[in-house]
Amino acid sequence: MKLKEENGWSPYLAGALSGLVVIMSVWATGRFFGATTTFVRSAGMLEKLFAPERVDRLAYFVKYVPKIDWQWMFVIGILIGSLLAAVTSGSFRWQALPDMWKKRFGSSLIKRAVVAFIGGVIAIFGARLAGGCPSGQGLSGSLQLSISGLIAVVGFFAGGVVTARLLYDRGGERK
Amino acid sequence: MNMLLYGLITGVLFGFLLQKGRVLRYDKQLGALRLLDMTIVKFMFSAILVGMVGVYLLKDLGLVELSVRPIILGGSILGGLIFGVGWGLLGYCPGTQLGALGEGRWDALWGILGMMVGAALFVEAYPALKKTVLTWGDFGKATLPQALGLNHWFIIPLFVVAVLALFRWLERKKL
Repeated sequence: MKLKEENGWSPYLAGALSGLVVIMSVWATGRFFGATTTFVRSAGMLEKLFAPERVDRLAYFVKYVPKIDWQWMFVIGILIGSLLAAVTSGSFRWQALPDMWKKRFGSSLIKRAVVAFIGGVIAIFGARLAGGCPSGQGLSGSLQLSISGLIAVVGFFAGGVVTARLLYDRGGERK
Repeated sequence: MNMLLYGLITGVLFGFLLQKGRVLRYDKQLGALRLLDMTIVKFMFSAILVGMVGVYLLKDLGLVELSVRPIILGGSILGGLIFGVGWGLLGYCPGTQLGALGEGRWDALWGILGMMVGAALFVEAYPALKKTVLTWGDFGKATLPQALGLNHWFIIPLFVVAVLALFRWLERKKL
């Protein structure tokens, strides 16, 4: 495990530098970090291909118009940035099953796909209700000392910790 | 066009740092939710501390505006908990899953697809939610300093000290 982390940076350093990136972003464009609106806009753009009139009538798509915007590019940028970091440090690795998951739930790709998909549906629904995700309410909200952000973060971790416990800590034994 | 490019660049930088900080992978996300490995908490709070000081300084200089979500207890609490459940099942956040994909963990694809579906479902549910959950405990937008009637520079140092104490405790616990 130690060997795998050798090319990693201290999370304090990487985190602090990310804080600087937020500051530069807000200064240059007024934009704070966030990610979930991108999924709403993307879903809207796809639905527009099939039922454009209907999409135009839905209240949420009036509020969040389906289109490529700053955040959409930000999210794509995360993919590219991560790819660059992984490839240049030799830590890129095609992996269909996380180590922790495989150890607990076995090697079924279908099982992982189903749980991940359902988790994605639930996560985005909750995030939109909460006004954002760990990048939005968590990072951007909290650094502004936003009360709704701080409340959401507590909820994120409370829900997450309970779920993780149910998944992994069965019968008192930890795996 | 310039705005889209800024979004991309910001995302690339953030994605790069997320990968370097090793916070993207499932094992780190679930490690935190299982209270075994607090790497993402260290990363997140380091970013928040730096961002907080920087953004509030720029705000005092009149160079940036805050952008906080309104306090809607129904949405924040319920949404936060629901997100947490999804997060626990999926093992990735909306933004970090693109980064996870970037470093080769392609099970993140299921989460991305799930989020597209979940976003579409949320859009459908929004009219009903707007009349119910999203009306529960609406207190308008507020930051902690505003709510307490204190200058933010009284609160920020306290927050910094509290987080640094948390870091020290985590290091001592080797989490």
